[in-house]
Amino acid sequence: MNAFSPRDFKANALRALADPDLQRALGNMRQGFIERRRSAAARLPEFDALRDKARDIKQHVIGHLDLYLEAFEKSVVANGGTVHWAKDGTQARDIILNICRLVGAETVTKGKSMVGEEIAINPFLEANGIRPVETDLGEYIIQLRDEPPSHIIAPAIHVNKEQIADAFRKHHRDLAPERPLTDRGALLSEARRALRERFLAADVGITGANFLVAETGSTIIVTNEGNGDLTQTLPRIHIVIAGIEKVVPTLDDAMALVRVLARSATGQDMSVYTTISTGGKREGDLDGPEQFHVVLLDNGRSALIGSEFQEVLRCIRCGACLNHCPVYGSVGGHAYGSVYPGPIGKVLTPALVGLGEARDLPNASTFCGRCEEVCPVRIPLPKLMRYWREREYTQKLSPPRTRWAIRLWAFGARLPALYHFGARLAAFWLYRRGKKGGGRIASLRLGEGWTRFRDFPAPQGKTFQSQWRGARRHRAAP
Amino acid sequence: MSSARDTIFAALKAGYRGRHESAATVGTDAHLARRAPHLVPARAKPENRKAALAQFTAMAEEASATVARVHTMIEVPGAVADFLRAHNLPMRAVMAPDPFLDAAHWERRRTLEVRKGRAEPFDEVGISVAWRGVVETGTIVMLSGANTPTTLNFLPETEIVVLPADRVVGAYEEALAPLRGTAEEGAKHTLPRVVNFITGPSRSADIEQHLQLGAHGPRRLHIIIVDDQATPA
Repeated sequence: MNAFSPRDFKANALRALADPDLQRALGNMRQGFIERRRSAAARLPEFDALRDKARDIKQHVIGHLDLYLEAFEKSVVANGGTVHWAKDGTQARDIILNICRLVGAETVTKGKSMVGEEIAINPFLEANGIRPVETDLGEYIIQLRDEPPSHIIAPAIHVNKEQIADAFRKHHRDLAPERPLTDRGALLSEARRALRERFLAADVGITGANFLVAETGSTIIVTNEGNGDLTQTLPRIHIVIAGIEKVVPTLDDAMALVRVLARSATGQDMSVYTTISTGGKREGDLDGPEQFHVVLLDNGRSALIGSEFQEVLRCIRCGACLNHCPVYGSVGGHAYGSVYPGPIGKVLTPALVGLGEARDLPNASTFCGRCEEVCPVRIPLPKLMRYWREREYTQKLSPPRTRWAIRLWAFGARLPALYHFGARLAAFWLYRRGKKGGGRIASLRLGEGWTRFRDFPAPQGKTFQSQWRGARRHRAAP
Repeated sequence: MSSARDTIFAALKAGYRGRHESAATVGTDAHLARRAPHLVPARAKPENRKAALAQFTAMAEEASATVARVHTMIEVPGAVADFLRAHNLPMRAVMAPDPFLDAAHWERRRTLEVRKGRAEPFDEVGISVAWRGVVETGTIVMLSGANTPTTLNFLPETEIVVLPADRVVGAYEEALAPLRGTAEEGAKHTLPRVVNFITGPSRSADIEQHLQLGAHGPRRLHIIIVDDQATPA
């Protein structure tokens, strides 16, 4: 696996733009997700009202997270389950390893879980002699390729089918090497067969959770493949890992959120499997796990409560903001060097790994606003990115030249006469420069960040304000 | 209690400085006791039973399930056999040991070999009974329990579900209401270990965003609606 850090965003983004395989894969996404969400929303007249409701429910939870977590814990225990609390990834990994060791686990199957990625559970289990097997098809593909997911609901969206075939040939050694693997159906069938054996052999199943229900002590997963259900039904132990912000008060709240989740994510009216799990095997049950554990992860979330960033905790991880983001659509998920890519990652990652590490991410936006427009819980993502940019400045994390330029601009902006004079001067100077290049400027000192990749269109010579004044004079004199 | 728990709650409480604590507790208790859906879309409120069944069928088919309709339980084994024959599947199935299914008199159809119990890896066809059908999205709701093992819904490549017509409801919340009980019953009340909302057969779009059916769960979901049957369980 390549070094994976948000520090390398700019270099990674450049590499991604020049990667033909990746660009082809991203093309599939742009056609698919956007159109499907649009038509799902159009089919449901109440969709926007439901989004308001979803926002209100999650906002209410953010104001009372402690009380609902206490209620959730009480309900889980009442149903014979166990709740574990983890301050950070280290604690969460240790809790999971201890449970696995107590039952002598050799193999662990995993349903797709972003928190699992966040705490990097797989390499940790492997280092401790336990074999983790991802069972979501996309996660399985990238596990074989030894790389992180590039999308929160479509982890292998950057991979083409030829690359999948290569990975299968390399890892499914027991099959005939010359077997044809050209069509997608053959790839799916082969993965299904390979994973069946893993499901049956596993001692522990780990899943994430889309929602935790305080009323009933239930965890809810939403999937399309059914892998999450096999993961949690067949082994003796079921471990759920979830961020503390996933709790909702009641089943009514959960159902309200379910109505916007799939429509925003894949454009389905409802995902194939929405599974509500409450405790372990009951008396008389013929199947199901004997033990039910819930590991609740904080990892920087509690620190957001009461801060200007707390609205990001409303996120239900649907991925709509990624699908609609022009930056994500151009560079894909890996460039971000973060478990959470795209607009949500630009806000969440600095909170999880520190702004010093991730300061490029909130800047990787044109503020076009599509992410906020499609968010099912209406998180004001551009506003939150702007807050990070402010912090970057006040904490002196941005480079000196940027800070110097911002200070200069701020100084001028407070003195209108000086500002207008400067703007007129700049407009005139750029106009003169552009005349030689036919209205375009190919290189600009202090503006290389722009001109290295594209020409700068030269202004017409006059500022907007002077043109406006001119036009008004013209109209006033008939 | 563990120190991690204390640390997390201390951090949360710090964030809630200035919150009116007793009002917050009263508010959250009231919310937890509430038993009322938020906003149910109009499409989940069919005018009558006929419209409900028609819409359920249309929505389920849109999700790539197939739907058959019979008058009485006694016709169910025939409908199962028809489906298996049409898809060139073996006349062999594992079936939920639910007494409800006994009314179908499976023993009279000798060509169909039925075993009762949970699904095993070698089972190709599973037959179970739905707790509810939901009109809103053509979803079936399955409960875990001694009579209805969860593996039936996931291990076999073909899942056949018997759905009595009078168990079809409008919205998801209606399917959950009888399982939840009132808030006064409190901790005494427990959901089944698993409640599965299932909308169509298993699928994945993880290979180049191209939708394929039958990822890990069933490739086929066949729903047999039985018109004339007993009241909901």
